[in-house]
Amino acid sequence: MSSIHSRATARLALSPAVILLLAWMAIPLAMTLWYSFHDYQLLIPRGNEFVGWENYAYFLTDPAFLHALVNTLALVGGVLLITVAAGIGLALLLDQPIYGRGIVRVLVVSPFFVMPTVSALVWKNMFMNPVNGLLAWLAQLLGMPAIDWLAQAPLLSLVIIVAWGWLPFATLILLTALQSLDAEQKEAAQMDGAGALARFRHITLPHLARPTAVVILIQTIFLLSIFAEILVTTNGGPGTQSTNLAFLVYSQALLRFDVGSASAGGAVAVVLANILALLLMRLVGRNLDA
Amino acid sequence: MTIKAVFRGLCAGIALGFALPAAAATLTVATVNNGDMIRMQKLAADFRRQHPQIELNWVTLEENLLRQRVTIDVALQSGQYDVVTVGNYEVPIWAQHGWLMPLEDLGADFDREDLMPAIAESLSYQGTLYAAPFYAESAITMYRTDLFEQAGLSMPEKPTWGFIREAVERITDHDKGIYGICLRGKAGWGENMAFVSSLVHSWGGRWFDMQWRPQLQSDSWREAVGFYVDLLRNYGPPGASTNGFNENLALFQAGRCGIWIDASVAASFVTDPRQSTVADQVGFALFPSRGDLRNHGNWLWAWSFVIPAASTNVEAARTFVAWATGRHYAQLAARESGWANVPPGTRQSLYASREYREAAPFAGIVLEAIDVADTHSPAAQQVPYVGGNFVSIAPYQGIGTVVGQQLSAAVAGQASADQALAVSQHIAEREMTRARYLQ
Amino acid sequence: MAGRHGRNKLVFTALAWVLALLVFFPLLWTLLTSFKTEGEAVAIPPKFLFFDWTLENYAEVWERTDYLRHLRNSIIISLGSTLIGLAVAIPAAWAMAFSPTRSTRTVLLWMLSTRMLPAVGVLVPVYLLFKQAGLLDSRSGLVLILMLTNLPIMVWMLYTYFREIPREILEAARMDGATPLRELAYVLAPMALPGIASTLLLNVILAWNESFWTLNLTAASTGPLTAFIASFSAPEGLFYARLSAASMLAIAPIVVLGWLSQKQLVRGLTFGAVK
Repeated sequence: MSSIHSRATARLALSPAVILLLAWMAIPLAMTLWYSFHDYQLLIPRGNEFVGWENYAYFLTDPAFLHALVNTLALVGGVLLITVAAGIGLALLLDQPIYGRGIVRVLVVSPFFVMPTVSALVWKNMFMNPVNGLLAWLAQLLGMPAIDWLAQAPLLSLVIIVAWGWLPFATLILLTALQSLDAEQKEAAQMDGAGALARFRHITLPHLARPTAVVILIQTIFLLSIFAEILVTTNGGPGTQSTNLAFLVYSQALLRFDVGSASAGGAVAVVLANILALLLMRLVGRNLDA
Repeated sequence: MTIKAVFRGLCAGIALGFALPAAAATLTVATVNNGDMIRMQKLAADFRRQHPQIELNWVTLEENLLRQRVTIDVALQSGQYDVVTVGNYEVPIWAQHGWLMPLEDLGADFDREDLMPAIAESLSYQGTLYAAPFYAESAITMYRTDLFEQAGLSMPEKPTWGFIREAVERITDHDKGIYGICLRGKAGWGENMAFVSSLVHSWGGRWFDMQWRPQLQSDSWREAVGFYVDLLRNYGPPGASTNGFNENLALFQAGRCGIWIDASVAASFVTDPRQSTVADQVGFALFPSRGDLRNHGNWLWAWSFVIPAASTNVEAARTFVAWATGRHYAQLAARESGWANVPPGTRQSLYASREYREAAPFAGIVLEAIDVADTHSPAAQQVPYVGGNFVSIAPYQGIGTVVGQQLSAAVAGQASADQALAVSQHIAEREMTRARYLQ
Repeated sequence: MAGRHGRNKLVFTALAWVLALLVFFPLLWTLLTSFKTEGEAVAIPPKFLFFDWTLENYAEVWERTDYLRHLRNSIIISLGSTLIGLAVAIPAAWAMAFSPTRSTRTVLLWMLSTRMLPAVGVLVPVYLLFKQAGLLDSRSGLVLILMLTNLPIMVWMLYTYFREIPREILEAARMDGATPLRELAYVLAPMALPGIASTLLLNVILAWNESFWTLNLTAASTGPLTAFIASFSAPEGLFYARLSAASMLAIAPIVVLGWLSQKQLVRGLTFGAVK
């Protein structure tokens, strides 16, 4: 047990981070809340009068709002599904003794270092473009009509682009966990005559629960506010089929220059993010015993 | 004390001595990343020779990003930029709020009287010029003369939409990868909506009636949009719903489009053998009309320089704007990359010059297109707004954006044209109510 | 027995290489395209290796932009925000790991939740604050904001790493009368170094690739490589080759850093997932 003295030191050591984050959260948030109750449109300056809940009503009745909510969850869920599933597969493979493991690992982690704008531009133009894209050419080789990815399956396309960027992260964490799995434990199971599948189910999978929880938590934090990829590829469309909450708020703030409704949208997003965070912490946090 | 004072004086003197040559200004210039602007940055060496005391700092951005950043900067009067590139949509709105410096009296070389009247008018607010046009455009019909010949067609100088449809049907050859028509489908008020607005205006429709009620479900809108969606879906290139100006330009240059109706600046790109595989097989005509109406869509756009009122380098900024948009610049650009590549559309003198007319076979049609564009009465019926390829009111960016998304979805086949217009009408009413044009 | 093992190894090797190349392919393709002419870049069927290799795209990009300035900005901003962030995060994580209280878990989760807000919702307030403080288009402004957005991740990463350090060692040091500062410098630091290195690397990567604040709060002088690539994102005509060259220039420094340091990066990247 720490002494009173060291507890005071601990508090002192913790305080800069807490104060900074508190300020970072509270000041812009307070301003956002204030704007959300005022009429503030950059291109229609009218003296910023108090308008009550009007901005909220306007934002929440936006025909795109429900769509955006569903899309946000679909994006997060889709990317999580792919990265976790493919990540486990890749991690298991990379855990085997193979030739050139170092290089293979370097190749697999590379997408993680690529900035979202670049990866979105590359995928959009060089792969998913229905005329000049590589995927269109592949489809033609196979005798199929070229798919116009971003128009016909905008959400799926985004999931693929984003998942490509996050797959390395999931793979690395899961791989590290696998490597820490006691080799003796595995061998013991082998001696007992357990088949590969049984070993996987009873030893490996349970061991991966914790790193999977971590992957889900961290990725969700980033995936909730996916933005650059949408901006560069689909611009939220066609229609509003790939508009997520962050993009909807963006369109209020930077396409309509309506600070009032964007702030209301920001506040709504904060509330929703916190609800989701709470749920997530409940589901996943238990696994972390942080 | 005295030593310190002397030392201080010395320091100040040295600082002053160093500062003086550089004392003038560093201008931050925000531009859009298109070919003409990039060329201008290269030619700016000439400006530096003439005005060594003025440094130039470029911010080159893609159109949407540029618009966001400069709008915030100008509306909040941050003064980060001294010269900003905007279109004639923004100019009257911003000038009305007092965010821009007036640009009268930019000097003899600028010669305001030489500007095309329609362009100068679109960049003025209450008779005062607030922006200097760098290049300007209307919209024209570009087509492949070889394909027309093969099909036994001949393009009238003033085509009708009926003729376009017929020609498109005959030219399209999916097996050879020839798409009869290329049009903008990418969502955005400056992308597909620029075309659709002009199309609807030429069809006899209007955005708003005199009480500012949106008219998106009127017959003209439904017919025009139905025509547009049908044409693109049946005869357009795959992925039409994500094609904007740039994508269509690339398709046309690669020989994949029979007809392309778009901004007239494209004329010099598609006839440039260095970029275009079909350079000597391109013909030009006016923006189509309905035939019984003499309305060619009234598309008018001018990329122009403005000086934000919050700039701290107004004098230097004026010097730069006068250089970049003055008569001398045309000579400079012509020497550098030929007369055909001089920024078009802004000056009468350019169209009067023999060199330009010889180098640019499209000069006549572009001049005519700009001349016939009437942004003050763009529709057959009376309208309360100024515009053509857009409507010059603040809420239009929001409305155009959302309607653009809906129509793009219709082109992608995700909704019918009528459904898209119903949603659009609803949203337009919402936005106009929010902006308090409607009760 | 050995034979079967050998065969398995070959099969796994082949499979792993195929999948790895598949994952890596988009980057490889971009790299190849950056050396093609624009015509070859969109040629059908695609040209993989047999084309006229050219450096003209790089020359064009180099001439058009001030690459080195953007690069310098990226380095300063990502490194600056990370170093300052570490200075704040290390003591905090240390305190949470070694003197946990009942509220530690809550504080940690609260910190993480600040990361979930969509940045665009607070853009205007932040912009106005920056304008007041004269921080618009300044590197210090970006350093500050990227430090703040990544701070929760840093604290968490360090915390999970510090917790793995056996407490007995610390207690022994305390018995010997080590002050907290000495404890930090001589006992903790050497053991924590791998975790700190990996936190540093991850956050340099995150800051390097951040493309919301870096685009919206900069103008001419301080734009990092994210602003550099934005000027290529929709040029007139589709210039795949030039876009590829610009893309390679934007990501090359950080990808190379990532490759060289991936071992260090991985060591601390467990976020407490490994017991």
